[in-house]
Amino acid sequence: MTPQRKKKLNLKQRYALMTRGLDWETSYQKMDDVFPYDTFEGIKITDWSKWEDPFRLTMDAYWKYQGEKERKLYAVLDSFAQNNGQLGISDARYVNAIKLFLTGVTPLEYQAHRHFAHLGRHIRGVGPRVAAQMQSLDELRHAQTQIHTISHYNKYFDGFAEFPHMHDRVWYLSVPKSFFDDACSAGPFEFFTAISFAFEYVLTNLLFVPFMSGAAYNGDLATVTFGFSAQSDEARHMTLGIEVIKFMLEQHPDNLPIVQKWVDKWFWRGHKMLGLVAMMMDYMLPKRIMSWKEAWEIYFTEAGGALFEDLSRYGLRVPKYADIATDEAEHISHQNWAIFYQYTQAAGFHTWLPSDEEMAWLSEKYPNTFDKYYRPRFELWREMEARGERFYNNALPQLCQTCQIPMGYTEPGDPTKIGFRSSVYESERYHFCSDGCKDIFDNEPEKFSQAWLPVHQIFQGNCGGADLSDVLKWYHMENGTDNMDYTGSPDQKQWDAWQSARKRVAG
Amino acid sequence: MAGIVSITLQNNDEARPVIESILHDNPSASANYMPGAVKIDCPERLVVKAGSVSERIGRDWDPQEIHLTIISMGGSLDEDDEELVLSWGV
Repeated sequence: MTPQRKKKLNLKQRYALMTRGLDWETSYQKMDDVFPYDTFEGIKITDWSKWEDPFRLTMDAYWKYQGEKERKLYAVLDSFAQNNGQLGISDARYVNAIKLFLTGVTPLEYQAHRHFAHLGRHIRGVGPRVAAQMQSLDELRHAQTQIHTISHYNKYFDGFAEFPHMHDRVWYLSVPKSFFDDACSAGPFEFFTAISFAFEYVLTNLLFVPFMSGAAYNGDLATVTFGFSAQSDEARHMTLGIEVIKFMLEQHPDNLPIVQKWVDKWFWRGHKMLGLVAMMMDYMLPKRIMSWKEAWEIYFTEAGGALFEDLSRYGLRVPKYADIATDEAEHISHQNWAIFYQYTQAAGFHTWLPSDEEMAWLSEKYPNTFDKYYRPRFELWREMEARGERFYNNALPQLCQTCQIPMGYTEPGDPTKIGFRSSVYESERYHFCSDGCKDIFDNEPEKFSQAWLPVHQIFQGNCGGADLSDVLKWYHMENGTDNMDYTGSPDQKQWDAWQSARKRVAG
Repeated sequence: MAGIVSITLQNNDEARPVIESILHDNPSASANYMPGAVKIDCPERLVVKAGSVSERIGRDWDPQEIHLTIISMGGSLDEDDEELVLSWGV
């Protein structure tokens, strides 16, 4: 008699067995005491078992695939370091985009790790809890692999060494930091909507797909490898994002207005924060693959269009001010780069003016706006540099109370006029760059009136002193090394020495 | 407008048979190549068949191996042992 072969479980059965029945109804404590956070936002859940991860990934498969991804990634990183990969990048200016990535984005991965761990404990449904636990591990992996990868650049270039310290203190890094602080201090469903849906599903493609493809195009093997390795997790996070939205909307009709308000808020916040990525793509990549505007068209207008059309069956509409954000895609990278050029003395990376060739590319990609509004400004600054009068803005800017970006953005429909809004709350006046940011404040003034605004903090004497040099010390920024223009920087001197050595070898 | 669904994969040796299978099994799909990555768009529905990939690589391919090469996607996903489907309206 042949022994009977044990039948293998299929994916759906395996998922059911490995994710369900892991929890229990508490008996000597009230469920509401054990899970104190998942009701106060007003989201009504009637049946947690309706939650399903469409990838049906179970912990055993998770470890298997993540282990394989890590082995591949570290083989590339090791090879990059062993073979002096830093010599093969398109131009040393490129490295400045990576400085902004490490100081601005990597610490957010770590925050996401912490908060998904919190959700992995505090959501009462076991399906989303398992998904949140996996995502928490993913995010820790992202933070670690990014730090490992970029540590190689830290051996050769300035501006990397103090990244966690800088993230907590530097003026422009308060933009991504406060974005995440806002999400982590919200309830669990708002966090899911903010990070899993608005950020991961609707917006992160803009960071991880075209920018990482740009890294590949600029010879940065290490960054593209961690970028795409992280992004393979991101595809899973995106399904979590869309599932959580559908789940909330299917569970109870009362959830719709709450979810809509969060979608509006977090789309707008994400759009403002990603302005930093817009600038990285349009100005900081020496070899460019697509403009921010093109990326916006593909990933928001087209992909987001299909998504919101699909979600309209639940009554959810396209985020408020999406049309304005789309108009701003013509302006945001130019306006942001101009801000950093003016404040290069307080930036933790190097700045430069676009070359003739780069300006020609910008004209071609932005036919409606670049030549008319932005080229003249860059050309004037170039003339001033040639006269030995490089323009520095020595006044501290007013910041938007919500997004914390200097108020350099223009009015919708009038790119010659700075946008400005304000609200009064408890006899104090607060300032905003846009209607989107003002609405967010007006909905939660008790939260946003407490914002830690870098400029206010400098004026209050909380940032090391009254002079620029005091503040830079407090930022752990080396004056003359980490900041200022690329031209004349130690980074440039070293890169030029490498290039001339290469020419000598080539004969 | 039919909603476009989309999958972006790495452009490497491991993903190539997956990309080929997708383009073969979804006649309306189109591939957009960019450095390091391929974005495949398809109106309404896109399927990745484990059988097609297995034929190309000469061994059993588990749809969960997609996790090794996927970069991004658009659409609602459904996955079982045989295939992975992206579509809208489910």
